[in-house]
Amino acid sequence: MNINFTLVSQAIAFSIFIWFTTKFVWPYLLRAIEERQQKIADGLAAGERGKKELELASQRSSEVLKEAKQRAGEIIIQAEKRASDIVEEAKKNARVEGEKIIAGAKAEVEHEIFSARESLRQQVAGLAVQGASKILHREVNAKVHADLLASIETELK
Amino acid sequence: MSTEAALTPSSYIQHHLTNMTVSLGEGSFWVLHIDTLVMSLILGVVSLGFIWLVVRKATPGVPSKTQAFVELLIEFIDDQVKNTFHGERHSFVAPAALTIFVWVLLLNSMDFLPIDIMAWIYENVFGLHNWRGVPTADVNTTFALALSIWVLTIYFAIKVKGFGGWIHELFCSPFGANPILWPFNLLLNLIEYISKPLSHSLRLFGNMYAGEIIFMLLGMWAATGVAGTIFGAVLGVGWAIFHILIVVLHAFIFMILAVVYLSMAHESH
Repeated sequence: MNINFTLVSQAIAFSIFIWFTTKFVWPYLLRAIEERQQKIADGLAAGERGKKELELASQRSSEVLKEAKQRAGEIIIQAEKRASDIVEEAKKNARVEGEKIIAGAKAEVEHEIFSARESLRQQVAGLAVQGASKILHREVNAKVHADLLASIETELK
Repeated sequence: MSTEAALTPSSYIQHHLTNMTVSLGEGSFWVLHIDTLVMSLILGVVSLGFIWLVVRKATPGVPSKTQAFVELLIEFIDDQVKNTFHGERHSFVAPAALTIFVWVLLLNSMDFLPIDIMAWIYENVFGLHNWRGVPTADVNTTFALALSIWVLTIYFAIKVKGFGGWIHELFCSPFGANPILWPFNLLLNLIEYISKPLSHSLRLFGNMYAGEIIFMLLGMWAATGVAGTIFGAVLGVGWAIFHILIVVLHAFIFMILAVVYLSMAHESH
């Protein structure tokens, strides 16, 4: 335990080591660490911002969805109304058309009946004339008995 | 297990406690403990050089494992300094604390190397007789560190408070500015200024010196036979494991005390 010049030399070595660390070691690593801390802080902030934006977007999307649903409902209601209108109109048109057809058919039937009756009457008149001529056993002269035939015909009507 | 002929316990211990010296001039002061100096320089250059190599390529991105290790070390030191020293620490105090911790830790760690095997290696491989491997078990090292810190505390005290402020503090604190109290203040401050470097250096020196002595005493059991050798080896392992705590603890205490003294110098009372 003797103090000697080693003390001085160790003190010099110590000073040089401290100087070296202060100058070449500490600032560089501190800078790297601080830069990384900044990066991490930035990253965290960006993450936070992204989360907030996502929240906002999801809120907006749900709003849009709600609106779309509402509009779709409205459109469906309108479409249903329109469909029932169309059906109603079609029914009316069909009824009118049907009535028209029925009326036409009736008129035709009546016409048919009329023409059938007419032809029937003529045949009956012919038969009557034939029958009468057979009864009289002679030829009924159409020219001579024209008035008679006409009177029969009118009676048969 | 020295190769000397007359091996007594005292010669064994004497052998391990003798420094290799180089005489620089007349008188007992002009002597250099070349072993202490070379060991501490090698360890300082290797450890700080390693940190420097890592730091030179330090990236702010994803760090390599080595860089992460160095960052862990530096952030540990920085945290300790931040808790004690409330000022601009990055320009001097924190890097100084890092230097002290790393260096003293490695100097202390030389105590883990088995003392007799190392003595044999120093003697037969390097041809060095009387080579002591633990620089902090040399009182010159611890005094050098403590006195350097002591000079720095005075330097910072004067720098922060001005020379007048420092003198004023010597006379007027801690008891008060009353002229009657001046002698007591001065006396107390002088005692404080003397005791600080003494306790600072002797605490580290005493622990490391005692650790070395205990290793030697355990090593001496080998002279009593096989049972003594085994018993000494087992106890030596136990002491070495306990010594891990002491080595790290005292490197840490030495650094913290240095930071505390430096921060006290920065604060005015």
